Amino acid sequence: MSSQPTPAAAPSAAATPDAAHYVRIVDVSKKFGDFTAVDHVSLDIRRGEIFCLLGGSGSGKTTLLRMLAGFETPTTGRIEIEGQDLSRVPPYERPVNMMFQSYALFPHMSVEKNVAFGLEQEHLGRDAIRRQVGEILEIVKMSGYGARKPHQLSGGQRQRVALARALVKRPKLLLLDEPLAALDKKLREHTQFELLNIQQRLGVTFIVVTHDQEEAMTLGTRLGVMNHGRIVQVGTPSDIYESPATRFVADFIGSVNMFAGEVCANGADGLCIRSADLGCTVRAERAAGGAHGATVWTAIRPEKVQISRTPPEGAEAAGGENLVAGAVKEIAYMGDTSIYLVRLDSGSMLRVTLPNVLRGAERPIAREERVWLSWHGSSPVVLTE
Amino acid sequence: MRTRGWFARIALVLGLVFLYVPIVSMIVFSFNNSRLVTVWDAAHSPTLRWYGVLVHNEQILTAAWLSIRIAVTAASAAVVLGTLAGVALARFGAFRGRLLLAGMVTAPIVMPEVITGLSLLLLFVAMAQLVGWPRGVGAVTIALAHITFCMAYVTVVVQSRLAGFDESLEEAAMDLGARPLKVFFRITLPLILPAIASGWLLAFTLSWDDLVITQFVAGPGSSTLPMVVFSKVRFGVTPDVNALATILVLLVAAGIGISTVWMRYQQRRRERDLQLAAAANL
Repeated sequence: MSSQPTPAAAPSAAATPDAAHYVRIVDVSKKFGDFTAVDHVSLDIRRGEIFCLLGGSGSGKTTLLRMLAGFETPTTGRIEIEGQDLSRVPPYERPVNMMFQSYALFPHMSVEKNVAFGLEQEHLGRDAIRRQVGEILEIVKMSGYGARKPHQLSGGQRQRVALARALVKRPKLLLLDEPLAALDKKLREHTQFELLNIQQRLGVTFIVVTHDQEEAMTLGTRLGVMNHGRIVQVGTPSDIYESPATRFVADFIGSVNMFAGEVCANGADGLCIRSADLGCTVRAERAAGGAHGATVWTAIRPEKVQISRTPPEGAEAAGGENLVAGAVKEIAYMGDTSIYLVRLDSGSMLRVTLPNVLRGAERPIAREERVWLSWHGSSPVVLTE
Repeated sequence: MRTRGWFARIALVLGLVFLYVPIVSMIVFSFNNSRLVTVWDAAHSPTLRWYGVLVHNEQILTAAWLSIRIAVTAASAAVVLGTLAGVALARFGAFRGRLLLAGMVTAPIVMPEVITGLSLLLLFVAMAQLVGWPRGVGAVTIALAHITFCMAYVTVVVQSRLAGFDESLEEAAMDLGARPLKVFFRITLPLILPAIASGWLLAFTLSWDDLVITQFVAGPGSSTLPMVVFSKVRFGVTPDVNALATILVLLVAAGIGISTVWMRYQQRRRERDLQLAAAANL
């Protein structure tokens, strides 16, 4: 990917800490015995962005976050913020704060005391502490709750207090470990937008770790997808969704129909792939590379497939490219969309998502009905690994 | 009335009888006027005679005072050492000698008391010869011996409390700029305080009624209360021992009663808070 960082050639002292290299993770690895949790990760984080590290459990995202916070020391590599090497700096001396997944509010202290804890360590005056605590509680809309103990708060309120406590020291970098995982769905959406709002107001750089792709997509200005301790792809949410770099990313983010095939032509009008699994020839307009006869995978998102009872117009002219037929096997009604599982004539299954635009359509497609499936030439993504 | 559950009711009654009849009979006999413990003197009972004898019994009062002093000292010292050991075992990960410490620290719990007592006596004698301290056996050696075995119990209590304690609280404090020592005193210690308190009470109780180990390391003129009671009983139970035991039972019962009421109150307050929090959910 274009945004893949290059390893730092210049020594850190000489490097100018510009906005694009605000936080630099340079060739960082972490081993626990024989197990490599983080494997040669290099990453640049821009000033003021929300960077989401997305990955399944055991992908190394949490270990990377803990190294940024200082709870783990990298086995190799460097972590820099504004050009300052922090790899060996203990957590209590880093200009970095963290919001824990469990929130980790001190149960024996009131909300005010919790938020003030970080400022007290800086030996600020009592008035300055009280003023700053008041300000930050105002920002997270928890002004009236200063005297409460954490167990007297609801989940959403605890989350705000945890955020306030982490932000009150004005860290150069705020780390958020699954910030919304403990909230229920409705509250989550609301909090998501509020989090964005607060981040923009304070201009603090956020790094968010999450396994929830929806959370990552809505929060992140950029995402880094991790697998087996490596960063697989870095990009904006739409980059990653529309142009996944590998089969893993395509499969991990959203759902996808993936079919193996062979390159049969590589012309100006795109790549032509013959797929026995799919039972048709795929023309991918926005795909480059792929030698004749090479095995590749085509990935088609379910919402980019059209479904119809008759072959779409112009299909004959295209010579049956990007067109397959099959029988509907399952229909799942989701309210806003419906998911159709279609068994193709080749025997493979294809997943199609359609928005339910009309209320009570006149004759919906039923199970076992024969349908034609087609997609635009710009839709297929061709993957080689 | 439900007719079901007669079995449960009989079981309850039998259980209570089994547990409390000995204690109740002891309390009743403490008000007996007769010099013979097993003969009820209906004409002159109940009486507080033996309570009067008790408060003038210099031997018992001295022994009780010594026992209290030893129990407080032993419990307090055991709490400090046991907490340190518990924190080391629960928090410092795999350090060299961890397994050894874990085994050694809890050994007194499983070791037969006679062996603990004998080995401590041998140690004290050897120490007195080599370094001249402790001088002879007595209150000091009893306290040291009690610290040794009480510490094991405190360690277990503290360690299990720390094991069920969210480590991210300590990490959060460190993340907010507190150095490790400060994290311990501001976060860890206040949160394990209930465990430390119950460890102290446990240690106090164990020290208070230990007889076997104490026998080994006690010297002339340093008889604890259990030793005095035991030696009196050997010549036949005297009614003033009943009176003494009754006082102890009442003290313990009062302690349990107070703590139960306090815990109920805490529980109710907590439930109310949780309801408030749920109501304020947004």
